[in-house]
Amino acid sequence: MSPKDNFVLPDQPENPSRRKFFKSGAAAITVTLSPGVTLMAFGGSKVHAAADFNKRWGLLIDVNKCAADCTACVTACKDENGWEGHGDPEQNAQWIRKVTLKDKSTGRESSLPVMCQHCEDPPCVDVCPTGASFKREDGIVLVDKHTCIGCRYCMMACPFKARSFVHEPVNNQKSHAPRGKGTVEGCTLCVHRVDKGGTPACVEACDATGNGAMTFGDLNDPNSEISMKLAAYPSTALRADLDLNQGVRYTNL
Amino acid sequence: MDRTIYREIKATQSVWTLAVILAGLIAVAGWSVLYVEHNGHAVTGMNNQIVWGLPHVFAIILIVAASGALNVASMASVFDKKAYKPLSRLSGILAIALLVGGLGVLVLDLGRPDRLLIAMTVFNFTSIFTWNVLLYTGFIGVVAVYLWVQMDRTVHPKFTKPMGIIAFVWRLVLTTGTGSIFGWLVARPGYDAAIMAPLFISLSFALGLAAFLLVLLLLYRLDDRKIGTALISRMTNLLGVFIAAALYFTIIQHVTNIYVAEHSGFERFILSDGGIYTTLFWWVQIAIGGLLPMALAFGKRPIDATARAVVVSVLVIIGGFAQLYVIIIGGQAYPLDMFPGFEVTSSFYDGEVAGYSPSFFELALGVGGVAVAIFATGVAAKILRILPTNLADKNLSD
Amino acid sequence: MTQFLAIVSVIFAVLALPATAQDGSWPYGPTLPEATGEPHPEGNEYMRKYHMELMKHDRDITMRDGVRDIDASLKECFDCHTVTDERTGDPVTYKDERHFCRTCHDFVAVKVDCFMCHRSTPEGFDEPQPLHARLLELTNVAEVAQVEQYIASTNAFPDQ
Repeated sequence: MSPKDNFVLPDQPENPSRRKFFKSGAAAITVTLSPGVTLMAFGGSKVHAAADFNKRWGLLIDVNKCAADCTACVTACKDENGWEGHGDPEQNAQWIRKVTLKDKSTGRESSLPVMCQHCEDPPCVDVCPTGASFKREDGIVLVDKHTCIGCRYCMMACPFKARSFVHEPVNNQKSHAPRGKGTVEGCTLCVHRVDKGGTPACVEACDATGNGAMTFGDLNDPNSEISMKLAAYPSTALRADLDLNQGVRYTNL
Repeated sequence: MDRTIYREIKATQSVWTLAVILAGLIAVAGWSVLYVEHNGHAVTGMNNQIVWGLPHVFAIILIVAASGALNVASMASVFDKKAYKPLSRLSGILAIALLVGGLGVLVLDLGRPDRLLIAMTVFNFTSIFTWNVLLYTGFIGVVAVYLWVQMDRTVHPKFTKPMGIIAFVWRLVLTTGTGSIFGWLVARPGYDAAIMAPLFISLSFALGLAAFLLVLLLLYRLDDRKIGTALISRMTNLLGVFIAAALYFTIIQHVTNIYVAEHSGFERFILSDGGIYTTLFWWVQIAIGGLLPMALAFGKRPIDATARAVVVSVLVIIGGFAQLYVIIIGGQAYPLDMFPGFEVTSSFYDGEVAGYSPSFFELALGVGGVAVAIFATGVAAKILRILPTNLADKNLSD
Repeated sequence: MTQFLAIVSVIFAVLALPATAQDGSWPYGPTLPEATGEPHPEGNEYMRKYHMELMKHDRDITMRDGVRDIDASLKECFDCHTVTDERTGDPVTYKDERHFCRTCHDFVAVKVDCFMCHRSTPEGFDEPQPLHARLLELTNVAEVAQVEQYIASTNAFPDQ
């Protein structure tokens, strides 16, 4: 149940040019929304919903190509979404971080970025009491900060520590990435860019360095670069034992 | 058995003193909530690694004790133990008071407590938190009705048992829900276990009776009323049984976890390598909070039954506190194992045991919740007829 | 009783006097800053009454469906409804009582929750941190100068 149920748009004055996609009049207009079904009543809608259920956005990260001392993806995400923190490092948000691995038996070192894995069956969505943590039609997992009460249960539930809690008052936010004290946040797969046909900032930055370790694309499209790579090379998901079917995959891990 | 006469406690000097102290603690808690809300959780010891801290330990212990405090009334109404009948009213009141105290702490530690209305109206039914919101508020309503059918002279006594059964079942479901907050988290090796629900139910029996005993003895001491040593000893003995049950479930929880290879790192952390958590587990939870009070409870009848009851109850509560601290904070301190077989380092403290030093604000909030519970019980005892005038042994029978 | 009624009527009459002003103005209301750009086609009264419903509806469509080509987003409001400070030429943030939303919301005493997460000025303007948050960080002369400039921008001491 969401607050949008039974929403009645107030009657329009003479010139409703702004509200093209809702026909008004004496009748009540009800828009019901649930994760999976969107109904637009009364004459249909000319708006094409940007979250397309035919798509499933994903990332493929080639651990071999990820340079150990490079943090371009992290810097790009900070710049794009404005989460650089100036407080206690243990309390600062981190939407994406570079993890350094050392194989205990062989000593081989590698590094890779870890961010929200955009699971198909997200534990964070299951546990959110208000439904603020939700999965969009196209697989992107987001926090609706209008409804988030800051209980941090999603942070407890996430196997990848993908979510951060905002511990301090925030200002000068990016207009496409609102964030505020007392709510929980995480990687949005740059949904504001993706909805306009772009790619996440981290992928762009990684390409710009020349390493090209990150590939972004539609997992449901067999002809996309990411799908073809996944079909050609072995890949894995983190904590594959949990069977979460993440959108983020790693090769050469 | 003489007819039980219930009377309000008198507002003596000591009652007022206690009320003022409790009000002071509540005021400090209120100030600390405002401070944290204004400055953000940055001023607390909680961070992105230890997400739930001391306030949650206090809140869970109060909620678990709340459901267990109702047990005394359940024993009377559901299991027909007449000796506990006079104590039913206090049991119900204490259950509500402890729950309100615990919920208050939980809600005031939210990042956005101003959005409580959203939490109470927008529900995601796959989340146990949502079910808990309904179970906790429903519990208050159910126990209120239960108290009403007992206290209202115009209501026939035949309604007491059915209401008692409803309240008993409700409280079991509630405690199952509380344990499942942790039990249903697959991500962390310290949780992810079906046994969390029965473990919490066993904890509720022990903590609830301990809290009940302490509050009962306190109120009777304050109002100079008699309470029989046989009754006290009987409840102390019962508390020993409940401690044994809690220890049983704890042992099963840890032994099973040791067998699971991927969780054995966590068990090694708690049982031997975890520093503060290991100390709390063995010395406080098991020894001081489990074995010692059990030995006292089952041992020879002492000279002073009241003193033994107080000591056993206090030890149980300290042990329960340590157990919940180890579960809640220890469970978060151990790093998530995302890369089995690898040593992990990152800027987000992956692979490291997280440190936690609680701030004063968290302690103040938690203590404030306890103060609210005791204060509310005291007010109820003052304005409602919930305490029998005479609980001397010769006055009771079974 | 009659004395009471008489006093009440006199008070009421005095308070109601401004309503007799010929130009129809209401002097007790908030002074709203002038907006730039085209007026809303629905009219000011409609927007004043329903802006919250419209915003709440749009935010859910953007959040859950990813529809971003709705005619008005919160940041678009500031294309026309920005208040700039005269001295510095910078837009004022929600912390300043001259902010567009605050002029009305302070008057009706309705808390605005939006700007805990959303920015309250147009994109591109570097909002300064709130003064009290920065006070403890001051370590050098350059920062002191910045603080002085900020104090000047809030117009707290107009004579200087």
